[in-house]
Amino acid sequence: MEILVCARRVPDTSENEIALNSAGNDIERDELVYSINEPDNYAVEEALQIVARVGGSVTVVTVGSEDDEEILRREMAMGASHGVLLSDDAFIGSDGRGIAAILKSFVAKGNYDLILTGVQAEDGAAQVGGMLAAMLDYPFASLVNSIEVLDARKLKIGREIEGGNREINEIDLPCVLSIQTGINEPRYVGMRGIRAVASVPIPTHAASDLGLDPGTVGDAGAKVKRVDYFVPVLGKGAEMLSGSREENIDKLVELMAAKGGLN
Amino acid sequence: MESSAALSELTSSLESGRALFLAIHVLGTLTFSYVVWRRLLPLLHAERDCRFDRPFARLGKLAKFWFGQWKHPRYRTAGILHILIFTGFILLVIRSFSLLAGVSENGGVVGVSGTASHPYNVITDYAATVVFLCMLFAIVRRLVFQPARYAVPERYGKARTADAIFLLALIAVLMAADGMFSAAEAAGHLKAGQPAEALAVLSLPRVMQIILASASLPALGKLCFASYLLHEVTFYFLLCYRPFGIQFHVETSLFNVYFSKLERGTVKPVRWGMSEGTLDQIKSFGVKTFEDFTWKHMLDFYSCADCGRCSDNCPANAAGRPLSPRFLSIKARDYAFQHYPMFGKAGNGKPLIGNLFSEDQIWSCTTCGACEEECPLLVEYIDKIVDLRRGLIDDGNVPQSLQKPLKALESRGNPYGKMEKKRADWRSAKEFQQTCRVRVVDKNGACTLYFVDSITSYDDRMQSIARSTARVLDHVGENFGILGAAERDSGHEVRRFGEETLFEALRDHNSEAIKASGVKRIVTADPHALNALKHDYKDAPPVEHISQVIARDVKVGLIKFQPVANTNDVYTYHDPCYLGRHNQVYEDPRQVLDAIPGLKRVEMARSRDRSFCCGGGGLMLFYEPKEDERMGVKRVRMAADAGANVIVTACPFCMVNIEDAIKVAGLEGKMTVIDLAELADRQMLRPASPTAATSS
Repeated sequence: MEILVCARRVPDTSENEIALNSAGNDIERDELVYSINEPDNYAVEEALQIVARVGGSVTVVTVGSEDDEEILRREMAMGASHGVLLSDDAFIGSDGRGIAAILKSFVAKGNYDLILTGVQAEDGAAQVGGMLAAMLDYPFASLVNSIEVLDARKLKIGREIEGGNREINEIDLPCVLSIQTGINEPRYVGMRGIRAVASVPIPTHAASDLGLDPGTVGDAGAKVKRVDYFVPVLGKGAEMLSGSREENIDKLVELMAAKGGLN
Repeated sequence: MESSAALSELTSSLESGRALFLAIHVLGTLTFSYVVWRRLLPLLHAERDCRFDRPFARLGKLAKFWFGQWKHPRYRTAGILHILIFTGFILLVIRSFSLLAGVSENGGVVGVSGTASHPYNVITDYAATVVFLCMLFAIVRRLVFQPARYAVPERYGKARTADAIFLLALIAVLMAADGMFSAAEAAGHLKAGQPAEALAVLSLPRVMQIILASASLPALGKLCFASYLLHEVTFYFLLCYRPFGIQFHVETSLFNVYFSKLERGTVKPVRWGMSEGTLDQIKSFGVKTFEDFTWKHMLDFYSCADCGRCSDNCPANAAGRPLSPRFLSIKARDYAFQHYPMFGKAGNGKPLIGNLFSEDQIWSCTTCGACEEECPLLVEYIDKIVDLRRGLIDDGNVPQSLQKPLKALESRGNPYGKMEKKRADWRSAKEFQQTCRVRVVDKNGACTLYFVDSITSYDDRMQSIARSTARVLDHVGENFGILGAAERDSGHEVRRFGEETLFEALRDHNSEAIKASGVKRIVTADPHALNALKHDYKDAPPVEHISQVIARDVKVGLIKFQPVANTNDVYTYHDPCYLGRHNQVYEDPRQVLDAIPGLKRVEMARSRDRSFCCGGGGLMLFYEPKEDERMGVKRVRMAADAGANVIVTACPFCMVNIEDAIKVAGLEGKMTVIDLAELADRQMLRPASPTAATSS
């Protein structure tokens, strides 16, 4: 099975202190460290596990700049066969639809049975997967937390439903799935693995390679524009209980019961 | 004439068996050679290991740990028993060989040279007796008293008591046969009116001789023959059977001790004989299949005597984690025996993880070194665990809980993912800043580097240790500084968790920063950093732990302490593994405590080289082990049992674990923990304001 995983490089929320820039329209990016968007990493792991079961290969693609090669290499060190960078000045400033359009033009060049995305980018809006499927006229399922290959043209997938429930669907291939974290336990990639793929050339495609009209993507084509970005003002702080341990426990039980936390 | 005829009857019985004995002799030797060859096969397929250097150091180890049986008395009963048996064996080995050679070479019988008993024979008479009695005692001990550490938990397989007793019994038979032969021979001579060897009083042969006094000469001749035959058969049977079980160590221990590890606190390279620069060319890191072990590590498996001392001292085992060093060896040995059978080819190798060992087992080790400290045969465990972890890391099998900190170490140089520029923020505490200025070292600045390391730099609680350490250094007039944002994690646990490449990156970064700073020496309050800088870094300036600095300055009078405020407090010192066992600093911290007037100090039952690990440091803090009870909780209870209410430690990780454990054990308010640097800082008499008691 030929699987394409669409991945994205994001500021690592666990290793950064996110602060607004002085202009107040973006975050301060000078000292940020980036990593692959976490759900995308689960998607790659899932793709690798499927390929290990039924054969095929995994390609990881990202829209971005040279800096984003870093995550492609990391995923190649994990076991992905190919990494592809879609990069063009014309892509800068794309909205979700623009990204989906760029990816669509790349998918059209290949022959993929299954396309995976992470459920959402940590700095994104969980929109690209669905739009990509629509543009390709492929079936789409979101929040996927299990995949079983039934036959060459059909998958059985589990989806996470709000409230902890699950549903099982059958879906025809080719299709687009957005992968929920927790579907698997991604393998570790060490420096050694990354070094081993450090010199593997990564093919880069520009708008012209993909047959894209630059006017339809990037800033030019974006119909959703960010007008503000801010950290919400902190609400009233937590209530601190002061008293002996027993008093605090009694008070806590009382509060929890009052707020409906205890039944 | 009559007597000499009778004597010849006695010896002729042996003469007549000469061909038989020769046959057993040859057959036994050939069988043993074959068995040894088959057992050597896996070692020939193993990874290389550099153990042929420094012969004098190795001979020294042999003298102390093999010939001197150094570790044995740590378990009194078993130890004394073993020393007796070992001594007996050493004394008897010459006799055994002369006895074997006796008939086949000159057809005569050894030791029939006169009435006076040869001193050597007196010794061997007693040696055989003592070994015989020891065997009986050991069998009774195994059967009746059953020391708990011999028990085999269900998950590790079946008990091997039967095999152990069978082997003990065989030695008893060997001794009895030896004694019987001497007795029958001496009785025969006396019967024939010949001068006979006087057997040692109250020895096994003597007792047998008295019993045989009334036997007829032909009967004695037959007995002589039979006991000689029994001795020879048992001897060869034991020789060839030992390589199949727990007594293999009788044959391998000499080599195992000679080739044992010489340097404490170190970790073996990924592959011996390969320079670091070429490591990227290696296809596979670490131990994944049995043949990935080095030959010495295989010899370790062979040499394990199944005595259970390692697991008896292993804190992970005590806490109910799925790790028992003893069964790591036993399982590997069983696998080696199965995989490399006596006849036929070796089977197809299985991956060790999933078949012999579980991932949880391998991640459960805190590398505290209690097992290695205890092992009488100097079996190594930490290097094997690290090698197995290298294999797991290489295959990407790393618990999710460890992936984040490893990733953060890669991008930020600390496991918490905190910003590099905040590494020196511990200095900014207002009160501290006013009294003590800590500079970042530059080329022409400080001559001493205080290496803080990650947890002490970033953890709110541990930052207090950093400030105390700085105040102590400041107080004694040390010209010191820190690396600040240029410091990265020492990588100590990164290496011990098997992430060698990341460790090298961290080490290289720090080494360069240290070199650029031009400092002449390093001080740290973190034993893990100490161990890394001392043993894992190349060309780092001399490094000391703060407890060593304080102890020395107390001695020369640079530091003076005021009496403790509360004289009802009872203190106990918890030895951090990487300060104590791995770096042998036991006395300095105790001297510091004892220099504080009015401080009452007690020792826990497990202290110094038997210290009980608090739960492990570095990345181990992120690992979520499967366990019944935290090691720290056990440790805190040990302190309570010793009658202490203040635990003093000298390691930030011990502080984390023990502070948590006090809460978990429900001892909050009854037990406190303080770092040695914090205690020294609290108690130091300051010239400017001698009454200012506390500043932390």
